Amino acid sequence: MVILMSFISYLINGISLGSVYAIIALGYTMVYGIAKMLNFAHGDVIMVGGFAVFTIVSTLGLPPVLGIFIAVVICTALGMAIERIAYKPLRNASSPLAVLITAIGVSYLLQNVALLIFGANTKSFTSVVTFQPLKLAGGQLMISGETVITIIAGIIIMICLTLFVNKSKAGQAMLAVSEDKGAAQLMGINVNGTIALTFAIGSALAAVAGVLLCSAYPSLTPYTGAMPGIKAFVAAVFGGIGSIPGAMIGGILLGIIEILGKAYISSQMADAIVFAVLIIVLLVKPTGILGKNIQEKV
Amino acid sequence: MKKFNKIMSVVMASAVTAALFAGCGNAETGTPAADSSSETEAANETASASGVLKIGGIGPTTGSAAVYGIAVQNAAQLAVDEINAAGGINGVPIEFKFEDDECDAEKSVNAYNTLKDWGMQMLMGTVTSGCSIAVADKTAEDNMFQLTPSGSAVDCVKYDNAFRVCFSDPNQGAASALYIGENAIASKIAVIYDSSDIYSSGIYEKFVAEAGNQPFEIVSAEAFTADNKTDFSVQLQKAKDAGAELVFLPIYYTEASLILSQASTMGYAPIFFGCDGLDGILNVENFDTSLAEGVMLLTPFAADAEDELTQNFVTAYKEKFGDTPNQFAADAYDAIYAIKAAGEKAGITPDMDMSAMCEAMKAAMPEITLDGLTGIGMTWDASGEPNKAPKAVKITDGVYTAM
Amino acid sequence: MKKIKMTKTAKNNLITYLMVFLAYVAVQILLTTGNISSLMKGLLVPLCIYVMLAVSLNLTVGILGELSLGHAGFMCVGAFASAFFSKCMDGMMPDGLRFLFALLIGAAAAGVFGILIGIPVLRLKGDYLAIVTLAFGEIIKNLVNVLYIGKDKNGFHFSMKDSISLHLEEDGQVIVNGAQGITGTPHDATFTIGIILVFISLLVILNLINSRDGRAIMSIRDNRIAAESIGINITKYKLMAFSISAAIAGAAGTLYAHNLSTLTALPKNFGYNMSIMILVFVVLGGIGNIRGSIIAAIVLTLLPELLRGLSDYRMLIYAVVLIAMMLFNWSPKAVEWKETLKEKYFPKRLSEEKEVK
Repeated sequence: MVILMSFISYLINGISLGSVYAIIALGYTMVYGIAKMLNFAHGDVIMVGGFAVFTIVSTLGLPPVLGIFIAVVICTALGMAIERIAYKPLRNASSPLAVLITAIGVSYLLQNVALLIFGANTKSFTSVVTFQPLKLAGGQLMISGETVITIIAGIIIMICLTLFVNKSKAGQAMLAVSEDKGAAQLMGINVNGTIALTFAIGSALAAVAGVLLCSAYPSLTPYTGAMPGIKAFVAAVFGGIGSIPGAMIGGILLGIIEILGKAYISSQMADAIVFAVLIIVLLVKPTGILGKNIQEKV
Repeated sequence: MKKFNKIMSVVMASAVTAALFAGCGNAETGTPAADSSSETEAANETASASGVLKIGGIGPTTGSAAVYGIAVQNAAQLAVDEINAAGGINGVPIEFKFEDDECDAEKSVNAYNTLKDWGMQMLMGTVTSGCSIAVADKTAEDNMFQLTPSGSAVDCVKYDNAFRVCFSDPNQGAASALYIGENAIASKIAVIYDSSDIYSSGIYEKFVAEAGNQPFEIVSAEAFTADNKTDFSVQLQKAKDAGAELVFLPIYYTEASLILSQASTMGYAPIFFGCDGLDGILNVENFDTSLAEGVMLLTPFAADAEDELTQNFVTAYKEKFGDTPNQFAADAYDAIYAIKAAGEKAGITPDMDMSAMCEAMKAAMPEITLDGLTGIGMTWDASGEPNKAPKAVKITDGVYTAM
Repeated sequence: MKKIKMTKTAKNNLITYLMVFLAYVAVQILLTTGNISSLMKGLLVPLCIYVMLAVSLNLTVGILGELSLGHAGFMCVGAFASAFFSKCMDGMMPDGLRFLFALLIGAAAAGVFGILIGIPVLRLKGDYLAIVTLAFGEIIKNLVNVLYIGKDKNGFHFSMKDSISLHLEEDGQVIVNGAQGITGTPHDATFTIGIILVFISLLVILNLINSRDGRAIMSIRDNRIAAESIGINITKYKLMAFSISAAIAGAAGTLYAHNLSTLTALPKNFGYNMSIMILVFVVLGGIGNIRGSIIAAIVLTLLPELLRGLSDYRMLIYAVVLIAMMLFNWSPKAVEWKETLKEKYFPKRLSEEKEVK
């Protein structure tokens, strides 16, 4: 009974952690799916979102809802500015790696700007989620309010994104751009505008993810976004990069694997276990769990 | 690509030239002996000509360990300013320069060499253990006096020219186990440590070794790593399931603040016990200090201690840098004063060459007694280890109280 | 163009070798006359290490055409294998011989890892390959961090938990101590050794590129299906390029381990950050351009050191410079602008160069 209880409790913890990965992965996969670039700076946009809310709510004392709204606006503007200044000029570069390296430069830049503004000291983030944890099985199991909110937010975002991409005109334009930029342009789609819109949405999602990440794990430094960013990237690949439901599933699975690996195999080797599972999944299904298999044409 | 090569070659050529000039810069500005055969000689001449004692510092001021390096940089600068205002060491003012090493051993050696080019005569550094070991090799080679404020691994003071201000890791691990055992604080103990960190794993090992001689039992020992330090639910759950009454946290306060908040969410409330790395937890901006209620730690420094020295230091530090100083800052402050004390004892003058100065300092270090922030009546062994007593404190109502 | 292709590459390679040689001579002159700063002196070996890493990764990225984000992992394997050997054998054989063996062991260990990892991984493509190499790099780093090896009179003891579980006898010595890594590796690396290794790496890679095997590898990069259809063994050539690249990274790791007295596998030196940093050298220097990699590795290693005067703004400016350099070198508009600029100011030289190259 105790063993079962602790297993369920680990599972819940895994889902909590996974839901945070999932919400970050949604932004990642969105940008990757359309713009076909690994945006290494995504994690740092999350950090900016966290700091924006921290400044507004904890330092200025304004209500959290306003804080989240302003954070979304700031991150959206930041994402579009990054895209315009650092990524757009390289869109037609002779190698796709060029923009990847620039993204790394942007990541360093954001971290160091945050370091200069906010300092290196850890800030403790006040959770924006105020309702009590759910208690199950007579208080032995607990699901925190943050987890519930993160999962609900993740599902809502997933559904909205799927609907947006599949039903709206702008979403269809995104799909077209992701399929074939040249052909989309010929069809009268504003490619630059569509990609800018993608970055705007991706960065807005990053702001939301930042708030939820910092609410669930309330520690904020200029480097907060880097590791969850990479983990979320792994989650997105895991689920099939470019696939919106895949990011959600990949994130939650990754969280569960990480927690169970830590609990039952070794807490020192948690990363090795996560990455090993990733490799195995990719070897069996080379495009991730929900990834589309594209037939190679001669 | 051809054009590219051209451009890059030009850039590189100018960069290399700039680097070379940067190296010679000291000699040129200081004395006309720009063609001196050894750059260190030239640098020393510079120092003597301007009549200042050049002390260098190394630590991470960027990257994820920046919080520790910046604290050391600030506090050392504060101490230097105070000493200079009071007339310097043997009447000679100190010039202090701090270089970033990003917590990387290789960058740390680069920083050391940069400081040597600048004309550094003594090193107050480095902040982190790994870097300290790498740099100690170089200072031993050059015979430069080195005093690390916070390099706690055993090998940091392997050579006789290196001393430290903080406790060594084994010392802290054993002292913690001893303290818990002697005071019978708990009988079932869990440990959560950072297995990818030298400081944390060093303390953990000695703690476990010493625990064998103590009347308590370690029921769970779980690790985390630098890449995996957001979620501690598993480690806490295991401690809880094993029925641990006390959780030993030989880690830094950044992670500890997360552990405390996650334990509270879980409804798990053991006694938390930490080492000097935990100091600073009350000053995490916006941290709910009620979470840290009852936390015990062995630390030589407490920012809200009542004594005059600490009070003055904390006030001055806050005024200048807007932050509450942590353990690292206190160690650095003491390090500069230790250099002053030893320097006065040895009667060093800025025109001494590096090696002679090192010999004089080495001889003087075991003879001084320093009343510092991190201990009253601190003395040093010739081996480089400090002798001071850790204070056990408990957090009650958001402040440290002595136990 | 086609007719003079051989002479063109030969000449190009000659320039690269000459460049390295001249750099060596120049540094030696500066060293003997003492006109070199301590910083530069200390940077000489790291520069060789980064040049080797950049050149070897360029083999994977530029010549084989596969994106690898786990290069630091191979460096890590080489560093730990060789440091372990040196630590065990210190004092038991002459220093020079020991270092030579350490070097061979480091390169071989990394090469073997390259093959082991390459067999499953090289089936994947593009970004998926990138993420799996990143995963392997992280696994290697993570495992090294929990590896404990000790030695006593009963032989070697291994543990994946902590040094206590090694159960060493009284005379025992912990050689690899988990996160604390290996300390006290003999300091063998010198600039001369570094330059020799750079030379060997260049010889291996440039000869490979211009050989039959190299052309097979490049044909896979340019069109895998076409290459397969004319009977090129894809797996064999991919593995060849991948393992040679890994082995050179392992040799660079050996140099790294014998340059500093402390060897720890931190995210900073052997994590994906380092892999990405090496990739930055390759991309900035020009994908497939070996000489470009050398120059980019040198420039980007020196840059943060030269920016030290900016103190707090150092890494910020570094990031800005990196972005600016990328935009300047890669954006189609900048490329075009440079072209017109060149045409305008050096019309003659350009045509001359065309003939030469």
